[in-house]
Amino acid sequence: MNTFFATMIFLILVNNIFLLAFRRPLLIRFVAFQGLCLSALLFSADHLLLAFAVLIIKGILLPWLLLRTHQRLPFNAKIKPHLPLGLGVLAGMVGLIFSLWLEAQLQILPGLYPPLLLATGLTTLFCGLILVVGRRTALAQVMGYLVAENGIFVLGIPLMTANSAWFELALLLDIFVAVFVMGIAINHIVETFESIDVDGFRSLRD
Amino acid sequence: MLEALLVLPLATGLVMLLVGNASFCRILLPLTAFVHTILSLTIATDIAQGKQLVGLMGLMAPDGLGVLFLVLASILFLAASIYAVGYLREEEQIEERTCIQTGRPFTNAPERRFTACLCFFLAAMTLVTTTHHMGALWVGIEVTTLSSAPLIYFHRHRPSLEATWKYLIICSVGIALALLGTILLTVAFYAPESAHQMDSMNQLDWYLEHAQTGAAPWLKTAFIFLLVGYGTKMGLAPLHNWLPDAHSQAPSLVSALLSGALLNCALLGILRGHQIMLAAELGDFSGDLLIFFGLLSLLTAAVFIVGQGHYKRLLAYSSVEHMGILALGIGIGGIATQGAMLHAVCHSLTKCMLFLLAGNILTRYHTFSSHDVRGLRWTMPVTGALWTIGFLAIAGSPPFGIFVSEFLILKGIFSTGHSWLAAVYLTALAVIFVGMSLAVLRMVQGNRPHDMSQDGREALWSVLPPMVLAIAVFCLGLWIPDWLWSFLRKGAALVGG
Repeated sequence: MNTFFATMIFLILVNNIFLLAFRRPLLIRFVAFQGLCLSALLFSADHLLLAFAVLIIKGILLPWLLLRTHQRLPFNAKIKPHLPLGLGVLAGMVGLIFSLWLEAQLQILPGLYPPLLLATGLTTLFCGLILVVGRRTALAQVMGYLVAENGIFVLGIPLMTANSAWFELALLLDIFVAVFVMGIAINHIVETFESIDVDGFRSLRD
Repeated sequence: MLEALLVLPLATGLVMLLVGNASFCRILLPLTAFVHTILSLTIATDIAQGKQLVGLMGLMAPDGLGVLFLVLASILFLAASIYAVGYLREEEQIEERTCIQTGRPFTNAPERRFTACLCFFLAAMTLVTTTHHMGALWVGIEVTTLSSAPLIYFHRHRPSLEATWKYLIICSVGIALALLGTILLTVAFYAPESAHQMDSMNQLDWYLEHAQTGAAPWLKTAFIFLLVGYGTKMGLAPLHNWLPDAHSQAPSLVSALLSGALLNCALLGILRGHQIMLAAELGDFSGDLLIFFGLLSLLTAAVFIVGQGHYKRLLAYSSVEHMGILALGIGIGGIATQGAMLHAVCHSLTKCMLFLLAGNILTRYHTFSSHDVRGLRWTMPVTGALWTIGFLAIAGSPPFGIFVSEFLILKGIFSTGHSWLAAVYLTALAVIFVGMSLAVLRMVQGNRPHDMSQDGREALWSVLPPMVLAIAVFCLGLWIPDWLWSFLRKGAALVGG
């Protein structure tokens, strides 16, 4: 593992805590930063085509799409999250400690996962799930989904081969379309509910 | 020919988006469905004869299990597309639409987008049912979510938007966990010298061949994530929250496809994992998990069906019940798995029929409440009769196919010696029967509402597809053709049946 690779892993790990500590629009910038780090990680692992695709999709296109949606919101009232930001960070730290513990416990084939990569992937996944559950706005939930997926992507990096590049590209395209569709849905939510607070979704209950 | 199966709906969808003419799309939709059904049946015949078909450089390699779900999806799509022709024509004629729940006016999404998404949805299901690559299967299931979300939001009002959002977020996050399961599966089999072989298009067969070399703890963890991920999409309790909302708010023909075809595709994702677990001699672990979630789904459905006043939600919870029965049957193994395969066929046909009929009722009565629908037998004689038949079929009454499949699953449970399991299974089925009968019979009986027209005529397009499906379900209860049995056995044999 070279120093650049290790630095990127460290940056992704630290970035997770910032994701949980801030709201929009800073949150979008941290999601973009995570996309850039992911691209750099792939670059240092010699997956050049994928690194380029991740840079375009996760580093530029998706954050731009999220930022555009954010800027088009006709209101920017602060919506209190389900989980207070401090508690969210604490939950992320617990996720990090759990991931480190799990990495130490699991018997993995030597050399498959470089040190800290598994813990980073799992922590990112946890942080994504915390964002989905802990935040109240539809936009933050989309970012949570994106972060969780980034975590899973990190876990898949050591298993990537030249043969599987088509699958990774298909996956990226899928994620892009998913976020695009969610973005359209958010626009409709804004028009219909005049808010992106998902707590307003109460009409469909038993 | 295999490639055509995937390319046809994909190309048709693109043409629909480009051309955009509503009448043209309405002609193209059933035509595509018809050709797709013919192709699926031809492929099923080839598979039944023992031929091995490979397409798209090995990406498509259908087997007995996948083809069973492919043919089901294809037939249901044909029924739904015939129904769609009349449905869309009627929708076009409505000048002012108001939401039943909120009373607010709303518009529909463009029709070409609706029909195109239906075609993309079919293409995604085709990929899921024909591939042996776990990654491609995941991509296919994710595409089903993305292509069906605009279908749920065809009627652009608040409740359907709420349902669409829940569907998108819950299923996308759920399926992301299934992706983690797919990655962990690769970790379980990872060896530096075989990394390239593992990435072959026929990944499933490679896993099955080398199942004994897989690391058991990683395999178990992978299966848990596959079950949670695909289980969310399949509607297994307690991950079913999106299902009643999406099924109740989508246009009825979409609900029919979601319930009859899509849930089977998600089940197939779990079955692929179970296949690998069985080959690795870890079938007890995956089987027990399937039994647990199956039973939990059955009990959850029983709780929510009793007293359920919303008849489309009632059908949705019935889907949760039947997915539970399927998981239970497959978890038990042996003859119960064969029963589960038959159950999948009968449930899909019956549920598609019931949702199409629910659409007819909704169009005439403009209410979701089973308390406000009265005298179906007078106001809509054909729909009323089929609604009653459909209820008897879905509740597992003889002589319908579901009775036979539920009986086979019960026989399988008894053969394992778990009498308590049989008792819980039968109790839940009895409670659900009573709960559903109260709502359904209330709707059929009673007098015609005073403000309703005396004209009981119904359009052919609205009753023909459910009628054909009803005949099929009835026939399957009386006689299962040998070729179908051999097909079901072939499918069941792949997952321990």
